Amino acid sequence: MTILALKSVSKSFGALKVTNDVTLEVERGEALGIIGPNGAGKSTLFNLITGNLKPDAGTVEFDGRDVTRVTAMDRVRAGIGRSFQIPQPFTHLSVYENLLVAAQFGGNLHRSEAAHFCVDIIERTGLLQVIEEPAGGLPLLQRKRLELARAMATSPRLILLDEIAGGLTDAECGDLVRTIKGIHRHGTTIIWIEHVLHALTSVVDRLAVLNFGKMLMVGGVNAVMNSPEVKEIYLGIEV
Amino acid sequence: MIWIDTILQGVLLGGLYALFAAGLSLVFGIMRLVNLAHGDLIVLAAFVILIIMSSLGLGPFMAALIAAPIMFAVGWALQTYVLNRVLGDDILPPLLVTFGLSVVIQNGLLEVFSADSQKLSAGSIEAQSLTLGPVAVGVMPLLTLVMAVVVILALNYLFFHTALGRAFRATSDDAVTAGLMGVRPDNIFAIATGLAMVVATISALFLGIRANFDPSIGPARLLYAFEAVIIGGLGSLWGTLVGGIIIGIAQALGAAINPAWQILAGHLAFVLILLFRPRGLFPRAND
Repeated sequence: MTILALKSVSKSFGALKVTNDVTLEVERGEALGIIGPNGAGKSTLFNLITGNLKPDAGTVEFDGRDVTRVTAMDRVRAGIGRSFQIPQPFTHLSVYENLLVAAQFGGNLHRSEAAHFCVDIIERTGLLQVIEEPAGGLPLLQRKRLELARAMATSPRLILLDEIAGGLTDAECGDLVRTIKGIHRHGTTIIWIEHVLHALTSVVDRLAVLNFGKMLMVGGVNAVMNSPEVKEIYLGIEV
Repeated sequence: MIWIDTILQGVLLGGLYALFAAGLSLVFGIMRLVNLAHGDLIVLAAFVILIIMSSLGLGPFMAALIAAPIMFAVGWALQTYVLNRVLGDDILPPLLVTFGLSVVIQNGLLEVFSADSQKLSAGSIEAQSLTLGPVAVGVMPLLTLVMAVVVILALNYLFFHTALGRAFRATSDDAVTAGLMGVRPDNIFAIATGLAMVVATISALFLGIRANFDPSIGPARLLYAFEAVIIGGLGSLWGTLVGGIIIGIAQALGAAINPAWQILAGHLAFVLILLFRPRGLFPRAND
């Protein structure tokens, strides 16, 4: 069953068409990776899904409902969670408070439910050691984990991960991949933009390739990675 | 001995200034908005209490209890229908709007209530005093300081121990991201301004009982509040209390030397502290 459907979605900034007639369907419980060179329009696509941007043309459907004109806030409440490429924690709030805000306002949970729920997520994302620390003082890996944890605290059915493995060491990346696999096993649908391909391909079932705002291809991981077109355009290798 | 008494009176006066400042600090802390009409809104609240007292025959404390939700609604509506429309990256539009609002409130009050001085009569409590060792302390000034501490304790509890408080702080950190976590920044701002008006009503109650007020005194109250907030360090409510007390002590000492120096002494203390601590006494770490 389809949880997210983009139908002929386009978005321009001035003369630049950043998203060009993109059509994409994501099944419930699926993990989809999005790849493409810098400037291909990957983050813009996320912004169109979360409602931070409104498309110039086309529709966005979530769970069978047209949400094209629904605000970002209401899309969070409907079940679309998101982590940012550059972590944006509430710096003056503790790790726990960051999650509580997301759980109580984004996830509509009461205080007592939210407390258990957030501690559980904090355990699963390996943040227990820093639960009371102000988020502003965390190192990069912890900030990335917090991004993921806070997105999970909104109780999303679809979670969008934006280059969450970037800048991490291999060991840190491996830890994060295990956490993301855990989220996927719980039944949450994942769409993940990532340049760290070995991390991405160890989690996702399918890959979508964006180039110059156009959806170049969508398919199984091996089929996409072995496609001459992708090798040439994405990896810059002449075939 | 007279100096101890003077300093004590200054500390108590500081409680009133801290009350003026707490509402201003609350709004600034959450939405980085300097409300230039804050002093006039305090005066407006004093007139609302006065109307309730005269029309319902109530004492000032009961009247303030009724005025508080009315002023909350005024603050909520002001934020929702006026200030939210001008908030943004540019700090100038909200500053201009609140400046205009200040002029409108002053002239509106002048039109309705005239320039006559008014007072909220609280009866015998105004003249009562407690003897603390060698000095006598007025009950009302003491109550004002106690109320300032209670208000700051309550606001701190709200900020650090409730879902609304976390939403206030999250929105203050990053309103856009807060929106993506399901918080409605516009609504949070409206509640914050509503709360600031409740604090303004409390300060209006003590202002009106302690001293005469008329439609023109708002800007001076704003100035004292502003100085208290800056001395304390932006965003720190306890700092605001300390700032209010410093101005209160400076004014009391100035007045003891020469009554004409009262106001000037307060402003001089403000300038002196800014010279040595430009970010105030208790600045937030990374503002």
